[in-house]
Amino acid sequence: MTAVGLPGVTARRSSLDLVLRARELGIVLALALLVAVTAISNPRFLSAQSIRDILLGTAILAVLAVGQAVVVITRNIDLSVGSVLGLSAFTVGTLLRDNPGLPVVVALLVGAGVGGVCGALNGVLVRYGNVPALVVTLGTLYVVRGITYFWAGGQQINADELPAGFLDFGNATLLSVPYLVLIALLVLVVTGLVLRNYRAGRELYAMGSSPQAAKLAGIAVGRRTVVAFLVSGALAGLAGVLFAARFGTIDAAAGTGYELNVVAAVVVGGVAVFGGSGSVWGAALGALLLTTIGSALAVLEINQFWQQAIVGGLILLAIGADRLVAARVAASLKKRGSHVS
Amino acid sequence: MATDTPVLRMRDVSKSFGAVAAVQNVSFDLYGGEAHALVGENGAGKSTLVKMLAGVHRPDSGSIELDGTPIELATPADAKAAGIAVIYQEPTLFPDLSVAENIAMGRQPLGRFKTIDRAAMHAQAEQLFARLGVSIAPNRPARGLSIADQQLVEIAKALSADARVVVMDEPTAALTGVEVERLFAVARSLRDDGAALVFISHRFEEITALCEKVTILRDGKHVSTDPLADLSVDEMVRRMVGRDLDALFPKQDVTPGAVVLSVRGLRRDPVFADIDFEVRAGEIVALAGLVGSGRSEVVQSIFGVDPRDGGTVEVGGRKLKPGSPRAAMAAGVALVPEDRRQQGLLMELSIERNVTLPRSRALSQLGFLTGSSERRSAKEWTTRLKTKYGRLSDEVGTLSGGNQQKVVLAKWLSMAPKLLIVDEPTRGIDVGTKAEVHRLMSNLAAEGVAVLMVSSELPEVLGMADRVLVMREGRLVATLDRSEATEQSVMFAATGQEVTV
Ligand SMILES: Nc1ncnc2c1ncn2[C@@H]1O[C@H](COP(=O)(O)OP(=O)(O)OP(=O)(O)O)[C@@H](O)[C@H]1O
Ligand SMILES: [Mg+2]
Repeated sequence: MTAVGLPGVTARRSSLDLVLRARELGIVLALALLVAVTAISNPRFLSAQSIRDILLGTAILAVLAVGQAVVVITRNIDLSVGSVLGLSAFTVGTLLRDNPGLPVVVALLVGAGVGGVCGALNGVLVRYGNVPALVVTLGTLYVVRGITYFWAGGQQINADELPAGFLDFGNATLLSVPYLVLIALLVLVVTGLVLRNYRAGRELYAMGSSPQAAKLAGIAVGRRTVVAFLVSGALAGLAGVLFAARFGTIDAAAGTGYELNVVAAVVVGGVAVFGGSGSVWGAALGALLLTTIGSALAVLEINQFWQQAIVGGLILLAIGADRLVAARVAASLKKRGSHVS
Repeated sequence: MATDTPVLRMRDVSKSFGAVAAVQNVSFDLYGGEAHALVGENGAGKSTLVKMLAGVHRPDSGSIELDGTPIELATPADAKAAGIAVIYQEPTLFPDLSVAENIAMGRQPLGRFKTIDRAAMHAQAEQLFARLGVSIAPNRPARGLSIADQQLVEIAKALSADARVVVMDEPTAALTGVEVERLFAVARSLRDDGAALVFISHRFEEITALCEKVTILRDGKHVSTDPLADLSVDEMVRRMVGRDLDALFPKQDVTPGAVVLSVRGLRRDPVFADIDFEVRAGEIVALAGLVGSGRSEVVQSIFGVDPRDGGTVEVGGRKLKPGSPRAAMAAGVALVPEDRRQQGLLMELSIERNVTLPRSRALSQLGFLTGSSERRSAKEWTTRLKTKYGRLSDEVGTLSGGNQQKVVLAKWLSMAPKLLIVDEPTRGIDVGTKAEVHRLMSNLAAEGVAVLMVSSELPEVLGMADRVLVMREGRLVATLDRSEATEQSVMFAATGQEVTV
């Protein structure tokens, strides 16, 4: 039998690591290139206001993407996040309009709570209904949006109806970092840590990697599925509050179509659609990249329609890269037959 | 040695799947410090019994007692909590997670703030592998592990559980001598520490080497439970099969014809190099060697599933395009792969669909698959291999492990190839059918098919092959004629050392 020395294994492992890290590196490089090109052709792109806009937009998308990543890692998908964001934003807006004294923290909690309920509903339907998540959440996408429309009845909440304290929260900064960004970072770090370092997090990866093996390993697959959807829903609800604070104007259509941006961010960020791999960091980077592309196109005065084509291209590129990397990795793993006696 | 009262009792348990009564009123007791063998033909109900112990299936009737108290094993988690560790027949790894994590899942060592202590987790995996005498890097993902390695990881997983009852459902199917010995050494030490072992295998020499007691199942029913010392292998076989068995290895003498397969300088870095050999029509050539010596890789490269870095492969005088199984199939080559679950079967499709898949084109008329010809051919081949199933339209995934193997064999044997490559033809297949598989291979050879066989079972190699090619560390180190090939000569070439068999 071939003896494979351990030093060799570690050496080869680091090169393998590099391949796996390539996604994050790739996104960072693409970002750098994009920023450089845009800034050269129009320096306004690097103005404080423009950067702030990008960061605020990213914060909301990243919170959604983190939640989506949690669900996708378990080999599911949550298409209802845009609608949940809308419902949460409208609920919190209404609440604040009627109770101007409400602290911001309560608003955040209410939003997350509303989203959490929607998410739990998704989770329960997926678990007990034995229906694919794609179908269930497509259903709740329409149902939740319908409820919001019905409730709003055509009315809109304007910025001047919202308490100043809440709008301040949307603009205020700590050490010149917007609060919204701080919240997004907090969500990202906490979720990232749980997924990486806690048993519960690893079980989510295990479920996505092989649902059958997960069941045999004694993982409470059903319960974890519900939790994953609950997290995604709660984060979508939280994102709804951030949305309300940022824009100040809320109608029943808030967040329409967001689900596609979110899924795009997650896929571009390297979370495998078949579950089991990827990280929330990647998903957040994906959100940053997509938001930056949107801004850059506006600054470069390129037709917004191009944005969709570019995002589509990126998704295809990401999936292509995944395949390529997977094939490479498979080949390198196969060569490292590790038998020794 | 063994405890006086049973650690675990199964009392009159039954389990049916629809119309199939997989297990009917089976009872047996497991004692601490004792290794208990479970034997029976493919589909006899061994795995189903095991899965009831594992909390995967709930018995329809009957009860399970742990230390004399009835226990409800509703989920795998319950069984785990009760101290029952199971190695399933089919590997159950998480391909995206690291090997160490696969082993520790659910039991990861925790450090500060209840976070997973990765260093400790890796150390634990390394320790387990050291005990088993293998070196698999704990930090590599499980994806891409060979079947033998997967099985070793499964074994490590079960060992890490510190269980009182360790159930092993054909853990040795993909392993060869050295690894089996290591596993047994570890299993014996577990047993001597007081664990109760359940061991399932179709290889009797393993059962006699490890176990003290044996329970025999036939068609889901309990036949007998005896101390192994009181039972000869022949008697065991008779009780399993319900009749006397024909001779194994019914090899027919054939005069070899023209060269069908010619391999020159085949190389794939760093797995194997300098592979030269020929197989003639009517010949059965065996590739022998230890697990990891590159045998499977060579045949996969010949067939084109794996790429090659150099050399030529000719079939019937025509060069084969590298890396193209389609071209190989078009040239009349069939490969029964080692990893049958992943490479050989579509679990959700019906049995008949699986059997006829490679020939769908030939069976179709005007491009349409006609159900009847498909069914007829599927029926013929599954019957020849004594496959046990409910209906041909059942999903392959519901078959027992050995019966799934038979479906893969049926699928390729029915293709009437010019060159048949079989990787481990009888892995996981019961004694009764083994003889049938051997007869089929021998018949095919007599009809002029060239057969290339990879096998880890020495008796099979010696009984079936006209020539034995022995591989060691990726090289062809010996070619032995039928007359020269003995256990000693093959093992000597495979290990490079004098061995006492
Ligand atoms: N999930 C299932 N659905 C339907 N039938 C099943 C299922 N699992 C097992 N069976 C049937 O139960 C019977 C017993 O199968 P089991 O897997 O226990 O056999 P086994 O003794 O382990 O055989 P082998 O030696 O081939 O592994 C078989 O006829 C099989 O087809
Ligand atoms: Mg079985």
